Amino acid sequence: MDLSALVLSRLQFAFTVSFHVICPSFTIGLAAWLTVLEALYLATGLPAYRTVFEFWLKIFGIAFGLGVVSGIVMAFELGTNWSEFSRVSGPIQGPLLAYENFTAFALEASFFGVLLFGRQRVAPWFYLLSTAMVALGTTFSAFWIMVNNSWMQAPVGYAIENGAFVPTDWSKIVFSPVAWVRFPHMLLASYLTGAFCVAATGAWYLLRRKFHIEARIMLRMGLYLAAILIPAQLFFGHLTGDFVHDYQPAKFAAIEGRWRDEQPASEVLMAIPDPASGTNRFAVSVPVLGSLIASLSFTSKEIGLTDCPPQDRPPVLIPFFAFRVMVGCGMIMLLLAWIGTYLSVKNRIEQNRALLYCIFLSFPLPHIAILTGWFTAEVGRQPWTVYGVLRTADALTPFLTTRAATISLIVFCFVYVFIFAFGILYIYRLLRAGPVGSLVLPPVNAIPNRPMSVVDHPALSESRRFAAGE
Amino acid sequence: MILYWAAILVISTLLYVLLDGFDLGVGILTAAVRSDARREAMMSAIEPTWDGNETWLVTTGVVLWGAFPVAHATLLSAFYLPLLLMLAGLILRGVAFEFRHRTERWRGLWDASFAGGSLVAAFMQGLTVGALVEGLPIANGHYVGGDLGWLSPFPLLCGVGLCIGYSLLGASWLVRKCRGDICEFAYRLIPLLSLALLLFLIAVFGFALSEHLPVMNRWLERPYPFVFPAIGIIAAIVLAATLQRRSDQAPFRLVAIIFAAAFGTLALSFWPYMIPFSITIEEAAAPHSSLAFMFWGAGLFVFPLMLLYNATNYSVFRGRIRPEADPY
Repeated sequence: MDLSALVLSRLQFAFTVSFHVICPSFTIGLAAWLTVLEALYLATGLPAYRTVFEFWLKIFGIAFGLGVVSGIVMAFELGTNWSEFSRVSGPIQGPLLAYENFTAFALEASFFGVLLFGRQRVAPWFYLLSTAMVALGTTFSAFWIMVNNSWMQAPVGYAIENGAFVPTDWSKIVFSPVAWVRFPHMLLASYLTGAFCVAATGAWYLLRRKFHIEARIMLRMGLYLAAILIPAQLFFGHLTGDFVHDYQPAKFAAIEGRWRDEQPASEVLMAIPDPASGTNRFAVSVPVLGSLIASLSFTSKEIGLTDCPPQDRPPVLIPFFAFRVMVGCGMIMLLLAWIGTYLSVKNRIEQNRALLYCIFLSFPLPHIAILTGWFTAEVGRQPWTVYGVLRTADALTPFLTTRAATISLIVFCFVYVFIFAFGILYIYRLLRAGPVGSLVLPPVNAIPNRPMSVVDHPALSESRRFAAGE
Repeated sequence: MILYWAAILVISTLLYVLLDGFDLGVGILTAAVRSDARREAMMSAIEPTWDGNETWLVTTGVVLWGAFPVAHATLLSAFYLPLLLMLAGLILRGVAFEFRHRTERWRGLWDASFAGGSLVAAFMQGLTVGALVEGLPIANGHYVGGDLGWLSPFPLLCGVGLCIGYSLLGASWLVRKCRGDICEFAYRLIPLLSLALLLFLIAVFGFALSEHLPVMNRWLERPYPFVFPAIGIIAAIVLAATLQRRSDQAPFRLVAIIFAAAFGTLALSFWPYMIPFSITIEEAAAPHSSLAFMFWGAGLFVFPLMLLYNATNYSVFRGRIRPEADPY
């Protein structure tokens, strides 16, 4: 067993999955929002909906492309770096991933082409259907990934034969209550990501006094959706926490920063945990609240990390802080969405530039919340890959050398930073230019398959020259 | 059940090779044209469908994992570096579709990443197949070759061969989808690439004979796989004949048949091994409950649906790419 190959592989997986998760969470939300926009456009015939649709479709295209290419890597990494995991866990997780591929990837990949290039070639209802199919595909994808990951968090319905997991009860695996709470949690997070990015873009245009009609649509739809969804998200977040409490006490204790058993337990709001001494420094805590949150009781005993043998303890610092950052982002988003919705209903939001600035600058919050949420879930599961059954160290490819792992980590870092830097730059340029046709117009003659709708649209062709000049 | 999933694996791998084969081939060929407009037109010929095509690679990967986890674990970890480079190639070419439209100054960068990524991905795929044919160093069901156990002249030769083969497939796709001088360009390439492929096949055969590759024994023991090469040869002769008549639809179909024949030859000569000649399909298979779970949902209902989506996609974008104004 080569320790550094293990560390490098973990770094590589964390790096690639973190970059990857940003894309699908963004595109799941965007796909649903595009479907709503297209339906609204078909129902009302208002050109503004179409303009906003075409605009966000371009951003969707880039984010989706990045998600596809970075996602292919994930499926392969399980075999290249984690071949023992792949061998042992394949009989259960392989079929789940196969379902993701069969139900989701084929759907989204095929209709994505229609969405991007087929506007002129298909009937309006079919185009709407294609948009909905892409949205459905991204949702299925999230579902199967959450079933898969939830099985790793709380394995059920399996037996161990010849050193491999053998599925004994698929309904327990697919209908695991853990998965059915974490899936809505992830889906809502994705919708909130879409909502906040859209609202932030709207706020940006209002601040710059541009694209007034489109900006209002973006800001309002984004804020209203977020205002409704965030409370639901907090509820599902709480349920997710309950499962962690019941199934993964060590992770729960790490998140709570609870080193020793307490009865009744206090809630550490903020502190700097010190793993060396097993204590918290500068702790701000509320007595009894810990028991209330964990067990809805004033007297319950909540267990601490020291109950767990040292070799089974997760790292504390990352889950502890990541969780607090996630919750903090959620609270700021709740505040912004509610105040924004209130002022928007009162028709006073456009005068309130300070709030518009806050909403504009809030676009990273949902992404940060998703990343830190995943860090909490995944780092908190350590030292296990499949909780309680398969250690991360035993999941590694046995003959993986440090040399090969170093090369691959460097290649992936280089490629990901390269493509994501350009991807973000191009998305930024599109956002800055606004809903006015593409920033760099490809030579029309040479791209017969590209939708000419952007050019056909009267409102758009007027502003085209303006955009191209920017 | 095991046979069913082995068949699905064969079908999705073949679909991947044919479908992503032509768009990787087109990618390689974009390196051979000069003007931006021509590259643009060539990319347009594959743009709406490439993502669906590449999905078949993921399908192959997950069916391998779900149905044959031992093979998945052994193969992917053994080909650590080739797969890394293949993935890097696929990433760089995949993002080029969107990125090149977003910039003028850097368009050359994305064109290079498109052609280069396609070439590297194709080469690595050929290399892995070659290494499999030659035989991976496996002891007691575990790969023991180290970081570079797959590296030898034969796999490298196969890498080059697949690049030629994909280019041929790409050229015959362009003949179907494009007009004007790209169509002409592709027509000029087809005979050259076919000849190069023929030379490559002779070289492979000679190599296999001279090195006494285990595959050769199987061909001599059980001559029935020769049905496939025979089909391939017939298709090649018909291809040569139709090139004279210039029927634009024919070359792609015929080249696809040649590919399918080569693929069938390989599949039959590996049978019943999944990793020749150390791990059989039976040994690699997941327990029955896994295979059955996949069969009653994904296999029976969703797989035909997948084919349907794919076919829908192709039928929406059927026909030649539209000449808004012939730029050539």
